This record gives sequence, structure tokens and C-alpha cells, in this order.
Amino acid sequence: MTTRLGPLATRAVFLLAAAGVLIPLLVILTTALEPASSVNTGISWPSHPHWGNFQAAWSVAGFSLLMRASGIVAVSVVPVGVILATLAGYAFGTMEFRGKGPAFGVFMLGLAIPYEAIVIALYYNLKAVGLTNTYYSVIIPLIGSFMPFGAFWMRNHFAGTPTAMIEAAKIDGASSWTILWRILLPNARPALATLAVLYFIWSWNQFLLVLIMIQDPDKQTAPLGLALFVGQYTTNLPLLSAGTVIVIAPVLIVYAIFQRNFIAGLAHGAIKG
Amino acid sequence: MKTEALRRRRPAGAASGDPASQGKTASRAGSTGTAARKRSSRVAYAYLALPFAFYAVFMILPWLQTIYLSFFNWDGIGARTWAGLANYLNVFRIPQLRVAILHSFELMIFFCVIPILVALLLTALMTGPRRPRLGVLRAIIFVPQVLPPVAVGVMWQWMYGDSGFINQVLKWVGLSGVARPWLASFSWAFVAVGLVGAWVTTGLCLAFFVAGAQKVPTELYEAVQTDGGGLVRQFWSITLPHLRGEIVIAATVTAITALGAFDIIYVMTTGGPGTATIVPGVLVYQLGFTTFQVGQASALAVVLSALVLLVISVLRIFARERP
Repeated sequence: MTTRLGPLATRAVFLLAAAGVLIPLLVILTTALEPASSVNTGISWPSHPHWGNFQAAWSVAGFSLLMRASGIVAVSVVPVGVILATLAGYAFGTMEFRGKGPAFGVFMLGLAIPYEAIVIALYYNLKAVGLTNTYYSVIIPLIGSFMPFGAFWMRNHFAGTPTAMIEAAKIDGASSWTILWRILLPNARPALATLAVLYFIWSWNQFLLVLIMIQDPDKQTAPLGLALFVGQYTTNLPLLSAGTVIVIAPVLIVYAIFQRNFIAGLAHGAIKG
Repeated sequence: MKTEALRRRRPAGAASGDPASQGKTASRAGSTGTAARKRSSRVAYAYLALPFAFYAVFMILPWLQTIYLSFFNWDGIGARTWAGLANYLNVFRIPQLRVAILHSFELMIFFCVIPILVALLLTALMTGPRRPRLGVLRAIIFVPQVLPPVAVGVMWQWMYGDSGFINQVLKWVGLSGVARPWLASFSWAFVAVGLVGAWVTTGLCLAFFVAGAQKVPTELYEAVQTDGGGLVRQFWSITLPHLRGEIVIAATVTAITALGAFDIIYVMTTGGPGTATIVPGVLVYQLGFTTFQVGQASALAVVLSALVLLVISVLRIFARERP
């Protein structure tokens, strides 16, 4: 009895949980298709879906520039961040050196420092060297603040590779760089991919740092643009909803492409340490 | 494979490969060993230099500077004046700041406790001798974790709105008397905002727990089942003890999220109505960048990071106790 009922009940509960996740997304989608004067933010498929709202939101809120800025930030942070995380993870995961424990501890301290605790001083530092209101003021601090997780993540991955493989290569006269490039990296593709996806999502979604660093409307990123858009056009809910869908779309697409390995990889990779 | 094994058996001294990366084996060989170890250290430092530079200059340094600034009164432009511990005393003396700190603890109920309980329930349902995979549904439940928090805030503003989905449902089931604009309510806004946090973090907890539960051998469940143990006993005697590490990790990650909460609350309520949903994150921003009480903002930020470290330490102690 339980064996036959069990899976069905399980499926039902999971369906319910998934519905709880999807409903707010459906609300935002259906609201985005309502006529401009609508104040209805419940769920109902509009009789004449106004797909033009997306176009209107795109031009009114200037999403071409916002998406470009978000793109520039993400495309800069991801490769540099992943490369630096790989270098740090390689040292921590496969090498013995003086001060390794304390050094790793210092890196891990960063996991506990919230953005709120660094943005104030960061703002005045970057202002002093004239970098506020530039993409650098977001890109470089993001690379720095992602470093603890990236180093932790890649260390876990590299520490899991069989030492015999590395030792054998050393005996063959391989340099540390060759070992990383020829032996470790080809096997690290899944770990690197998961890290890259995470970095992309985190940099795309970042809000506080951009809110503080960038006042120039031409350089603001999509989430900040959305927040300001919401502040300005509180009366046109369909337009705001369309804007929200536009901001969500890139991360949802990236997630949909990588989700199969992403969730499992994330959970396993984070727990191994 | 065979040659690799043979090679490994050669004495360490005979190998003349890259001496820099041989620290561990070479150190046994005496004086040349320490030299090799030093060189090996140098290689490691070389790999760490650039990552550490980014991290130190853009995270550790501003953090230390924030601690320094917290002992001054400063408007961001003029001269700094020494404030001693006044800014810290204010955190506990000024009601608005004190409330924000209390709220960040209460938020942990919504960001950590509820999601962990819900995720444990869901995990319990999919463990046992026969395990449904439910891949697509699990992937959907994880989605809120990847959405931009700003967008999440906007979405839930609509959900909680006067003619939003929540009130729509309440009217359908004949509870229109209960319906209200939730985020404008002094008594409900905090719960409403907190539940959005639970909505966001549940998928992450579930991902951790499912990954942990999949490592438990199915034979254990079969054994309990042959003893006549049902789902409940399978959960208490097998799943839960095996998931202790994962629960601690989930609690740590979600606690950091709760204490650092900013985006969602800033977008949904900016801390209001009144101070009903005020949290340290929003106050640090307002004090630091709208009223320019930079020292006060810094002190609150330092207290916030101290709270994060405190919570993490407590969880680590909890993780070590009870084998």
C-alpha cells in the first residue's frame, strides 16, 4: 500500500511546492500582458495580451543600455574571476607551503563578510582614484568579493583529484603550470562550468554595489535600472512587469541551459569541503 | 597505469623534475628538502599572489577601513572627529538601530528555520528504498535562488498588493475580510517580507539535502522497512542523522543571507511602514549614502559582520558536538 501510494503523494507535494515557485512568475508574466491602465496583479490570462508592453518597457526604461552594462560587467567578471579562483584553488588544493592554514583561513573569512560591511569604505576608496561611475567600480570589487567562494570551490575540486596523477607528472618533469594546464584543467570542466554559471548569476543580480557606485544612468545595470524604473512608474504596472520579465530572462535562460548539472554540482561541491 | 605506479616507487631524491612542486616528498630528504620546500612555497605564493591581491584590496582592506571609520563622526566630506565607542553604543541605544538588529535575528526564522524544515520534509518524502528522481520539479523549486533579488521584490510587491494574487485567493475562499495590502500593514509587513526570504532559500536547502540523502545506502532503508519501520522512522533514524553536515551548511549559508538581506527589502518596503521591516542592510545604506552619517553606518556594518561571525561560530560548535 505505502509503496504504491508513496511516490504519488511525494509527487503531489513536490508539484505543490513547484506551483508555489511558479505562481509569482506567472503573476508577473500575465500582468506584463495587461493593458497599460490595469491595476490587476492577480492571475488571469488577459483576453487581448499586449505583447507590445515588452517593447514599450524596453524603450521607456532604456533596457538596451541597461542590458549592455550588465553584459559588460558579467562578461568581465566571469572569466577573470574563474581564472583567479583556479589559481588560488590550485595552490590551496594541491600544494604544501608555509602559512597555508592561516592563508586559507583569511580567504574563508571573506565568506562571512557581508557587502554592507565593505561598500562604505570601498566607495570612498574608488572615489579617491576617480573610479566611481565606471564599470571598473563594479567589476573589480565583484572579482575580489567572489574570490573566497571561488578559491574554496576550486580547492575542493583540486583536492579531490588523485595525488598519484600529480606525483607521476612531477616525476616526469612536468612543471606546476603544465600539471595545472594539461592534467587538472581538462578534468575540471564541470567544476569550472558551475563556478562560471554562479559568477554570471551573482554578477548579473548584484544590486547594492551598483546602487552605490554608479549614478550615471548610461552605466547602470539591469537590476538597478529596474529598481529605479519601479520608483518612477508606479502607476503603470504592466510596463513594470514587462521590465521585470526582461531583467529575469537572461539568468533564467542560463539556468535552464545548465540546471541539470548545476544543482547537483553545486550541492556536492559545496559540501565536500 | 602500471608505469605510473612503478614510477611512484622511485625514491624522491632520484627524481629531478620540477623541484618547486615537490615540497611534500622532498622534505624528508633533509637539508636539500628544506630548500625544496622553500621553493615549493614560492611557487604556491606565486599562484596566490594575484587572487590574494584582488581579495585583499577590494574586500579585506575596505572591511578594516570600515572598522576604522566606525570610531569617527564623519559626513563623507568634512573633517573626521573622534567618536570613540559612541557609534557602537548608539546601535543599542537608538530604537531604530536596535529594532533593525532584532529584525535580522527574526529574519533567520524565515530565511533558515522554515526553509530547512520544508526542505527536510520534501527530502524525507523522496528518500527510502525506492527514490523518485523528480528532477524537473526540483529544478523548478531551485529557481528563486537564481533570480535577481530586485525582480523577486517587484514580483512579490504585486503578489501582496491590494488586488494581488494573495488577496485574490482570499476572496475566492470567502475570506475577503482578511484581505489587505500586506506590505502597508504594520503588523503583517515583516511576516510578508520574511516569507519571501523563505521562498528564495528553500530550493537551496533542498539541493543540499537531496545531495546528502543520495549518499545514504538504500540498504539502510530496506533494513528499517523489514523491521516494520515506516516513513517517519526512516526519516528520524536514517535520513536526519546522515544530513547533519548538510543542515549545518544550509543553516550557515541561509543565515548569512538573512543577516545581509538588503535588495528584496529595499525594493519591497525600504524598511517601512515605519520601522516594521527595517533591517541593518537598509539602514547601513541610508545612514551611509543618504544622511551621510558615515561613522554610524560603519559601526552598524561592523556589528552586522560580528553577528555573522557569531552565528557561524555557533553553528560550527553545533556541527562538532554530538558525533
